[in-house]
Amino acid sequence: MSDNLQALIDSLPDLGSAVAVTLEMALGGAAVAMVVALVLGFGSRTRSLWVRGPSRVVIEFFRGTSLVVQVFWIYYVLPQLGFKMEALAVAIVALGLNYGAYAAEVVRGSIDSVPKGQWEAATALNLGWAHKVRRVIFPQAWALMIPQLANLLIQLVKGSALAFYISLHDVYWWTDQLQRETRDTFFSFGAGLIVYFVISYVLTWGMNYLEERAKRRLGRGTRPRLRDVFGLKPGVPTEIARVKGGVA
Amino acid sequence: MNEDSLWSWETAWDVLPDLLRGLVVTIEATVVGMVIASILGLFIALAMRAPTRWVRGPLRFVVDFIRMTPLLVQLVFVWLLLVDIPPLVIGFGVLGVHYATYMSEVYRAGIEAVPAGQWEAATALNLPKGRTWFAIILPQAIRKTLPGLGNYAVSMFKETPFLFAITVVEMYQAAQNFGANTFSYIEPLTMVGLLFLIVSYPTSLLVRRMEMRLA
Repeated sequence: MSDNLQALIDSLPDLGSAVAVTLEMALGGAAVAMVVALVLGFGSRTRSLWVRGPSRVVIEFFRGTSLVVQVFWIYYVLPQLGFKMEALAVAIVALGLNYGAYAAEVVRGSIDSVPKGQWEAATALNLGWAHKVRRVIFPQAWALMIPQLANLLIQLVKGSALAFYISLHDVYWWTDQLQRETRDTFFSFGAGLIVYFVISYVLTWGMNYLEERAKRRLGRGTRPRLRDVFGLKPGVPTEIARVKGGVA
Repeated sequence: MNEDSLWSWETAWDVLPDLLRGLVVTIEATVVGMVIASILGLFIALAMRAPTRWVRGPLRFVVDFIRMTPLLVQLVFVWLLLVDIPPLVIGFGVLGVHYATYMSEVYRAGIEAVPAGQWEAATALNLPKGRTWFAIILPQAIRKTLPGLGNYAVSMFKETPFLFAITVVEMYQAAQNFGANTFSYIEPLTMVGLLFLIVSYPTSLLVRRMEMRLA
């Protein structure tokens, strides 16, 4: 056991960089996903078929073909077609596209659940489309979508473990190294899983904070109890539970 | 392979039998995994309603832990721990347990959505606890969970390629093996993606229809 601890302590510097790689993938992937989600989410609810059709096709394509296949396709096949990317970029792009497609459904659903009267009132005030969306519609939709986006973010972190197989030194790589070092599967993988759990937990807190802030800005805020901030909220609010896409 | 023909239909045709064999394993894993998940998930959901927090607290922690750590790492973990058990069986078990933690949430929501009046009526009729659950609450709750079950089945189907990490030859691993033997990865990997799409898209449409009908 003391050997194990020694090996763990020796590998701490590696753990730092491994967590950094996993976080880079998580946050980079989330940023890409958010852009993809906004474009496709708004695209899939326009009236023009020429925008809506392609948006739907892209969403269904990236939801329907498995993340694993997408990662390896971008890693192995795309270079043969003449696009070579760094492994980290491959991971970020693949995670971003896959979860972006899921998040697009969340964005679409949340925008749809903003009451119609809000659009009408904004139109009555003579606001332009961009102004309307930015100042009136999106802030309300944002508060609705955060819980589901938080779920997707956790899914994304979990999916990022795949990066080990495309040569990235992430937390799973660190776990694997530790296992080789100690020959103790229970100890090393236990440690690795705890690291993943802590990362997911911290990100969940971040999302809870964002949700509270979004609600406060809408004037619906209540001072959150400590339990709300530090608790995990796996449940999806019922009014948008019906919108598919909360499920990964 | 020459440069100007990136895609060879012949290769695509050659790899198809391997992929279809892989697809069978993939579907097997999904079905067995989902059966485990839906049964175990119900038990978790019921145990979460235990009156004492000494049961709920630890269970909540275990469920959150499983839910918030990568399936891939869990698979390899269990595979390395239990050397004697065939990888496919480990795959069934880990997929099942991982998704049971998701399913328990679906059941919880389903049970909570049963109107309070149903409980009160059961009490008023002096039904014993067992009958209240099996004849009144669960039939209504489970009906509401069917779309969730369908959604998770589709999602599990798309996560089965993770089994490649524990040497199960499912669809992705079949493609990878074919690529390693013939040095052509374009066709097999593309075909795998398309096969996933071909199976999962119609299924998710069906689930969506079921959702509308039961909603």
